[in-house]
This record gives sequence, C-alpha cells and structure tokens, in this order.
Amino acid sequence: MSDATFSRGARWFQALAGEPSGKAPVLSGDAPLGGETARFIAVVPDPGNRFPRATDNVVGLEQGWLLARAVREAIAEDEASGTRRPIVAIVDVKSQAYGYREEMLGIHLACAAAVDAYASARDAGHPVIALIVGPAMSGAFLAHGYQANRIVALDAPGTMVHAMGKEAAARVTRRTVEALDALGETIVPMSYTMASFAKLGLLDQLIEGVDADTPDAAQIERVRDVLSAQIRSARDGSRDLSHRLESAAARQNRAASIEVRRRLAEQWDAV
Amino acid sequence: MNTVATSHPAPMLRESFIELPARERARSLLDAGTFRELLGPFDRIESPWLPLQGVVCQADDGCVIARGTIDGEPAVVAAIESAFQGGSIGEVSGSKIAAALEMALRDCERGKIVRPVVLFETGGVRLQEANLGLAVIAEMQAAIVALRRHVPVVGVIAGMVGCFGGMSLAAALCSYLVVTKQGRLGMNGPEVIEQEAGIDELDASDRRRVWQLIGGEQRTATALADQLVDDDAAAVGAAVRSAFAQGVPAAHRSEQVDTFLDRLARIDPASVTPEIMRDVYNRDLQNNARKEQA
Repeated sequence: MSDATFSRGARWFQALAGEPSGKAPVLSGDAPLGGETARFIAVVPDPGNRFPRATDNVVGLEQGWLLARAVREAIAEDEASGTRRPIVAIVDVKSQAYGYREEMLGIHLACAAAVDAYASARDAGHPVIALIVGPAMSGAFLAHGYQANRIVALDAPGTMVHAMGKEAAARVTRRTVEALDALGETIVPMSYTMASFAKLGLLDQLIEGVDADTPDAAQIERVRDVLSAQIRSARDGSRDLSHRLESAAARQNRAASIEVRRRLAEQWDAV
Repeated sequence: MNTVATSHPAPMLRESFIELPARERARSLLDAGTFRELLGPFDRIESPWLPLQGVVCQADDGCVIARGTIDGEPAVVAAIESAFQGGSIGEVSGSKIAAALEMALRDCERGKIVRPVVLFETGGVRLQEANLGLAVIAEMQAAIVALRRHVPVVGVIAGMVGCFGGMSLAAALCSYLVVTKQGRLGMNGPEVIEQEAGIDELDASDRRRVWQLIGGEQRTATALADQLVDDDAAAVGAAVRSAFAQGVPAAHRSEQVDTFLDRLARIDPASVTPEIMRDVYNRDLQNNARKEQA
C-alpha cells in the first residue's frame, strides 16, 4: 500500500488483519481473532478510482457493491458449515460520494446492498462488530457499520458519528460551527462526540487510551480483546437490533423510541 | 340501451394521489372501510427534541401508521407526511415506521402474513434530531431486510418531495417500488450535490437535468424502480396490489451483487449519460438481447 492510501482505516486493517486479499477501495480479509477466524473489512482511499468523486475514504457506487460482496462471500463460505465467522467492519468513512454520476447510477442502491449484506450476515448468526476508528458519517455509516450487533469506538480525536458533516450542517441550519457544538452539549442527538453517541445507548464500548494513528502492540492487543468480548456478547444476544434499546442510557435518552414500540404493540390488533 | 354505460356512473375524475395528505394516501391504499390508525394524533406521541430547539411539534410527528386490509389480506401502511418538516425522519416518526415493520415481522414469523407498504416522501434525517434520525433509519432498514423474506415490502414514491438520504436506502431495500413521474429517488438531493461538489458537478436549478437523472421515469426505465404509474390514486392502489400478487421476488435488487458490479464495469464514468445508462441497466433490453442470442 502506498502512503497516500494509508488512512486510519487502512492502518487498523493492517494492524488487525495483516495483508488484505482485496485492494482499495475495499480491503477485506480473514485473520485470527480470539481463537477463531474473523473477516475484517475496511473502506480506504483509492486515488486512482475511475469515479472522480469517490477517490477518498467515502462510500460510492463501487464501494457499496464491493462491501456487499466481501460480506456475502463470508456468508456463503460458512453457509454449509456450523461456523458463523465474526465480521468486523473497520469504520473510517467521511461520507457517501457526492456526484451526479453516483446519483444517476444508483448510489442509494449500492449503499443499500451493503446494508442488506451486513443485516443478512447478522440475521444468519454472524456476530457483526463495528469498530469506529475515524469518522462514521451519515449514509456511509449506514452502509458500513450501522447494521452491526455491537458498536465500539476508539476514544480518540477524529472519531465521530453524525448524520451530516459539521460544516454542511452549520450551513444548512444557518448556525456557526461553534453554535452547533454548543447545541450538542444540551441536545444529545445533535452532538458529534462519541460520549454523546454513547448516551443514546448506541455505543457498546468506548476504548480509551489507544492512539488511533500510531497504536503500539499493547494497544492493538487491547482492541483485539475488546472485539473478542463483544463477539461473545453478540453470540449470547438476539440477532436483531433490539439490544440497542435495552441499556440504561437508551431508557433515558431513547424513551420515545421505546414508548412508540410499546404503544404500537398495544394497538396493533384491534380489540 | 347500452347496459355497460348505465351500469357505471359518469366517468370518474381521476383523484390525484400526490395531492392527498399522508392519512388519506394510506386510506386510499387500504380496502374501503378497513382503515384504522395506530398512534394517531390523539395519542400525542411527539418529538421530544423539537421543542428544545423552538420548533413546534405535530401530534403525529408527520407519520401515519394505518392497519387494514389490501385485497382482503391483513396490511399495514406507513405514510410519511411531507407537509411536516419536509417529511424528515425524527426519533418518533422513524420509530413508528420501524415499530410497524417489526410488528409485521413478528406476525409473519408466527405464520400470520401482514402486507407492509411504506409511502416515502422524505428528505431523509431530520437535522434537529440528527443521530437519532440516523439510528432509527438503520433500525427500519434492519426490519425491511428481515421482513421481506416472508412477504414483499412495497414502497411508493409519489412526489413531490421524493425520497432522499438514508431513506433512499430503505426504499432500495423494498421488494417492489411504485413511482410516478413526479417521484424522485436519490441518496443526495441535487442541492446537496451542488453544495458539496460545486455547480460544475450539478446545477440544482436545472430541473430538467435533475428529472433525467433521478426522476421516476428514468428510475423505471433503468429497472431501479418497478412500476411507473400516473398520479392517480386508483392507479397507485392497483400497482401496490399487483406487487403483492407477484409475491416475494427470487432475488431482491439489493442482493444482486454480481449483476450490478457487472453493469457498473460496463459504464465509462467519463461519458455516461442517462440514455447510456438505460441501455446498460434496462432489464427488458437485456432479456431481448438474450433471446436474440438464443
């Protein structure tokens, strides 16, 4: 890999999985993890990509379909056996690709294909873990990570989850970036920090004390241990996403999500 | 005397589907007299986040969930109201859709099939609820993927807002998509593309170009949507019923990885146009080509 492609996603892929079998923009490969074999998948910059709006670590047309292929390969290989290998999505995605070709050629479907593949893997019993090592933004995160059984993140500068990039969100809402940050302190879902994301019950573990850009061997080992523990937890839990509404944090900050489900269930069958 | 003429009343004027509010859209798709709303305005489950930002709530949060029957079979319709916050998805409106799909899944798993319809009319995540909007869209997507193994999930994009953002992925996961010429389907709206990539990439004020790229007619011609119908409530209803009659497709569009990677490989990004895309993506043309070869 050249230096230009050595993003955080690429660095963590190499740290956890070694040399990839796929090449940019989607790295995938199998490697040992906690006494079994796991599939690791990352989206990385691809300066030579033939789609000019999709050369960065973004999810474009090819990225979406290639993610789907990497996940579905693992599902197909395990289908006949009793094994369901864990799938680790290494998340470092700035955004979806913004371009007229992308829209015309159906980037919404390419991203949906990745969603479909991850959700199908989870439903088939593969523990799917999202490891956030950089930005996990908007539609790109939906396609790569948000269907996971468990979500963990490095507590490091640059890791964030949000529906819209800060500068764009400031423009659209006619606020300054500073005002947006201030708003995030009082309105939890508006915040860009991982701590706030955790308050929504959506983050299973924040991994502290790890250098996201130049991790040492001990730090990489810590991340492996976290992944192994989350894989065990996922195997013990349900295959759907109901886990996200069960924590104390969710009961506090997602009370409306829980209430909607409770009352809809009451009214579902006519009396 | 012409008995055919007398057995029908005077020719009915078409009823526009686009002009119907969400509640009436849902009612028009269900068998007459079967509409029953769940979590309606009197339940008053409103957004907990909008008042904190000085935005007035709506008692149904811009989303109508209705049960009833379609062709006599149990059904649930989720209809997004574009008149409230542009149909944007907040914690409550999105959870209503996710919960309705999860309940339909529960029934299907117990052997009781429920026909799910989603009426998409949305710009995507409601920015005032940012991360929760995104989270509930992920939950909705999970439910669609699980549910469509049992029963087709039918999506309708009628217009005029269209379907964008994370919700465009939800639409793409549906078994069948019914669209009108006025319905647009894309991940990033034209204004977002212009803002992020510049006016040389896309001039959002060039309406004709936008329709050519992501309008319902082009989406159907390139097999990214299934049925193109007129803006006519009866026609939309007939298309939805015929989608259910077709049953669960052998392979959903979003599962056809090799097919779409192959199509993408045949596209030259430097020269691709909406017309070229029709040639490469059109299912009928390809079928004809296969017949010719055979």
